Amino acid sequence: MTEAPNMDNARYEYLLQLGDSDLILGQRLAALCGHGPALEEDIAMTNVALDLIGQARFWLSYAAELKGEDADEDTLAFLRDAPAYRNLLLVEQPNGDYGQTIVRQCFYDVWHFFVLQALMQSTDTRIADIAAKSIKEVQYHVERSGDWVVRLGDGTEESHRRTQAAVDKLWRFTGEMFRSSEAEQALIESGVAVDVATLYEPWHAHMQALFEEATLTLPGDQPMQTGGKAGEHTEHLGYVLAEMQHLQRAYPGARW
Amino acid sequence: MYAQNVDTGVKKVRGADEMSADEAAFQARIDEGIKIEPKDEMPAAYRKTLIRQISQHAHSEIVGQLPEGNWLTRAPTLERKLILLAKVQDEAGHGLYLYSAAETLGASRDDMQADLLSGKAKYSSIFNYPTLTWADIGAIGWLVDGAAIINQIPICRCSYGPYARAMVRVCKEESFHQRQGFDIMHTLCNGTEEQKAMAQDALNRWWWPSVMMHGPRDGDSVNTAQSMQWKIKLFTNDALRQKFIDQTVPQADFLGLTIPDPELEWNEETGHYDFGEPDWDEFWNVLKGYGPCNQERLQARIDAEEGGAWVREAAEAYAEKQAARKAAAAA
Repeated sequence: MTEAPNMDNARYEYLLQLGDSDLILGQRLAALCGHGPALEEDIAMTNVALDLIGQARFWLSYAAELKGEDADEDTLAFLRDAPAYRNLLLVEQPNGDYGQTIVRQCFYDVWHFFVLQALMQSTDTRIADIAAKSIKEVQYHVERSGDWVVRLGDGTEESHRRTQAAVDKLWRFTGEMFRSSEAEQALIESGVAVDVATLYEPWHAHMQALFEEATLTLPGDQPMQTGGKAGEHTEHLGYVLAEMQHLQRAYPGARW
Repeated sequence: MYAQNVDTGVKKVRGADEMSADEAAFQARIDEGIKIEPKDEMPAAYRKTLIRQISQHAHSEIVGQLPEGNWLTRAPTLERKLILLAKVQDEAGHGLYLYSAAETLGASRDDMQADLLSGKAKYSSIFNYPTLTWADIGAIGWLVDGAAIINQIPICRCSYGPYARAMVRVCKEESFHQRQGFDIMHTLCNGTEEQKAMAQDALNRWWWPSVMMHGPRDGDSVNTAQSMQWKIKLFTNDALRQKFIDQTVPQADFLGLTIPDPELEWNEETGHYDFGEPDWDEFWNVLKGYGPCNQERLQARIDAEEGGAWVREAAEAYAEKQAARKAAAAA
């Protein structure tokens, strides 16, 4: 095999990684619409869902172009099964209580911000453009979920307990964010992808400061769950996809 | 409609000669088309009726998120998902500014929401029907939002300023909602046989509930007469219903769908469609809490309220702590 197709395949995989995490988290948040803890919060959380699914469309559309044939954003979103999904394990975790929703969001948002910030310098100008467009929204996501982590952590005894429990539960999914997949490794040298290992320190420092303000404790080193970027997911993703893909699977070839 | 059968608390609409001087002066302002604003004098019954009507309208928006929200996770394309998310979010926004409009009359949002959750306050009967297929999302946008627009456009000219102004914004968004619903139906009707059947089935189930959205037949309703005298209702239920049917039948024809009313027929003489009688027993049953989804809708709101209590308490506790810290730092 020549080098060029390999690079394109790596790029395709990388775009799936970026798009799938946005999509699955957006899908999770969409389920909360109409059920939020307060009306204003319902509206705000739905905004985040809208942003993430909108960004997923950019990434997946680009991926579909690389794939060629009849691929488009919808065939990629609705006709791939779980092992072909490349999202982080973190984002497929259930919404749980609002503490869990917010902690999941905060872990992701801060990571997402640093990734996009680096990708604005990607040598792939298309990636750089999408990153530049998306980061404006994600900056707001970071502020919002961070504010809530502080409020919940330093709110009542109950909110503190619930939020700390969410942190302890979800921490095992954070390690994966800073481990490059094979596709990423193939793209780092040419400056297409960001080396996520370099994002760990700024992410961790941000979390440390935030958690201190929130009177929450960051867990120490522990074994991490990984596999999402390689298509080895937790049990949850299958259900997410079964629901999301229902119509496209039940009526193959129909236009909607 | 979104506010159905609103009680005005009056037994009989009074003519000018039966009113006190204050009431007559108030009615004169209404008759001249001068908007009533929050700080203006107004009869207690006018205030009370408006609070009922606006809060019922707000509750309908909030509960109205649920049937469509049911399909957010299953929308068939990413674009449809985004559009539906934006639409359901709009409804939450409508609820928010309608609650605010009611607050200008002295009602509190907490009290209004408590009345919704206790079952004391009503919301539109239409949201107690289930969304069983994707075509229902099309039918809701096309029919339910279509019916809502017909009712709400006149409210943009109602006598109470904050309500009228809120409605201007609501109507702009509703027209986008209606178009997206019609577009879903149009796509389905131009799709596979299964999709067309899905669209027809949705119309079959949503037609009569939509026709009943405009509320009971006018008859001799004292509430309608009083609300019209106050200009918080500008057309009767039957007039709005007729307008809805006249507007919708050609759209159904365009889609190639059959409206499930054998008595539906164009009447050359009146220039309107004649139509059959809805099942009013069903309407009253749904309104009294015995519709297919009344329990589920209310339970979803109760769950959100109860499940979110600790979050709201935390936000309040944090705000108090912050205020105390600031005060301590300033001291």
